Amino acid sequence: MHSSLHGASHSSSQASDATQQVLAVPLREHKGGLMIAVKATLVRDLTLLLRRRGEVLNPLVFFALVITLFPIAISPDPELLAVIAPGLLWVAALLAALLSLDSLFRSDYDDGSLEQLLLAPQPLAALSLAKVAVHWLLTGLPLALMAPILGIMLALPAGSYAVLALSLALGTASLSLIGAIGAALTVGLARGGVLLSLLVLPLYIPVLIFGAGAVQAAIFGDGVAAHLAILGALLAASLMLAPWAIAASLRISING
Amino acid sequence: MWAFIHKLGSPKWFYTISAKLQPWFWAAAVLLLVVGSLWGLAFAPADYQQGNSFRIIYVHVPAAFLAQSIFIAMAVSGLVFMVWKIKVADMAAAVMAPLGAAMTFVALFSGAVWGVPTWGTWWMWDARLTSMLILLFLYLGVIALRGAFTSRDSASRAASVLAMVGVINIPIIKYSVDWWYTLHQPASFTLTSRPTMPTEMWLPLVIMVLGFYSFFIALTLMRTRSEILRREANKRWVQDLVNGQVVNVHAEEAR
Amino acid sequence: MAFDSLAEFLAMGGHAPYVWSAWGVTALLLLAIVWHARAEQRQLLKGLKRRARRENRARRVANDA
Repeated sequence: MHSSLHGASHSSSQASDATQQVLAVPLREHKGGLMIAVKATLVRDLTLLLRRRGEVLNPLVFFALVITLFPIAISPDPELLAVIAPGLLWVAALLAALLSLDSLFRSDYDDGSLEQLLLAPQPLAALSLAKVAVHWLLTGLPLALMAPILGIMLALPAGSYAVLALSLALGTASLSLIGAIGAALTVGLARGGVLLSLLVLPLYIPVLIFGAGAVQAAIFGDGVAAHLAILGALLAASLMLAPWAIAASLRISING
Repeated sequence: MWAFIHKLGSPKWFYTISAKLQPWFWAAAVLLLVVGSLWGLAFAPADYQQGNSFRIIYVHVPAAFLAQSIFIAMAVSGLVFMVWKIKVADMAAAVMAPLGAAMTFVALFSGAVWGVPTWGTWWMWDARLTSMLILLFLYLGVIALRGAFTSRDSASRAASVLAMVGVINIPIIKYSVDWWYTLHQPASFTLTSRPTMPTEMWLPLVIMVLGFYSFFIALTLMRTRSEILRREANKRWVQDLVNGQVVNVHAEEAR
Repeated sequence: MAFDSLAEFLAMGGHAPYVWSAWGVTALLLLAIVWHARAEQRQLLKGLKRRARRENRARRVANDA
């Protein structure tokens, strides 16, 4: 899709003077398959986001900052912190993911490339899934990898670090998918930020319950498999249903 | 069959039909609510454990039922609007949301008040109350989203999508909150475990639930008619309707 | 009748504040909702009539001129 866009604008700009020559050169037939479009979107979004590397760090800095507030606000006493650590880590990661949602479609909406995405022949649901995957790769996964370090600061009991990272990695994927629905609905609105969190936070609650539950279960030593299985099920469900809702919401926001 | 659906969809047809249906539902609502209230408040026997404070159930449970049913009704009318483009369905969905939020608030408030004599505190993270609180946030989200758009058509479609996404999540939220509550099960008496109620306690509850539902239908019919007037104001049939009333006003002035 | 006298009915076996506050708020809210719905309809019809009257008068002036 990326190259085909480029090709089209190139030929139209010379249309006036060298029409005969353009006709003589047969237009290269691009292999317009779905996977090519998805890969093109992935590559495009990754390059765009990695160009603004500073912005990728924002959710991580926010995550660390929120975590440091609580020992100051509540108490530095390790025993107390250990009790509230799983919940704190999960809520802070959830809020960091929520804050980074706005950038998911905003820049594409502003420069009009979101409309090009809508016009693409490939199904919009697949392309939006690619966009959400990039968002997860650059916010959800880093949050999950960073959480154990902050867990140490909150005196998180041993044995639950791996589960913390795993449950966050699994959970933030569902959070990105569900959050993308809200982001798509509010992308057309000028002050959509607060509204986005009002729409999306109630839907985050099941993921939060089982995510924090998994870490607590790891601390108490009883089975973690059940929690992670349910997190996986939530992810499977949102993977199946969210892209269609995102596509419908994007069409509403653009045509609105 | 399709002709009927599209006829149903025309605001003018709905406006006239609802005028006939509305009084019946209002009458049913008033009758059921009055009978149910008197029966529940005065005649039903007191609960052996909670005494008379249990009478709050006759307001708490119908409101909670209605709160959930309205959200489902809103999502279904949103779907009908998105699929068949029937404007009246969206008008009904727009009109139902505030009543749904009000019913959720009533369920929360009466649940909290009921908790004072039974648990000794206003708020208790009881599974039902927590799910009801989340449902209230879902309602506020739909209302806020509908209000955030300038163009009405995208507002309707956005609100319909959110209502549908919300209704899929309600059972997920309900079960995860229930599971979460059983994990942190405090020892005290829960509002939710209702011993099998004797019939003379149960019957007034059914009447109150039916009363609340007919109130919901009557109110939705009435407010949808207002919404039709608001949205179809410049349509010919509305002007004729209004002129029908204005002209005879002129006749008196001319005399 | 579960109560022997009106006073006892109002006292609700000591749970009066809870029962009556829950029922009171519900009744008030339902009445407020109905009143709002009727006011909304009255407002709309009044606005439509005023507009129609204005348009009729404008049409009549145009016809006379």
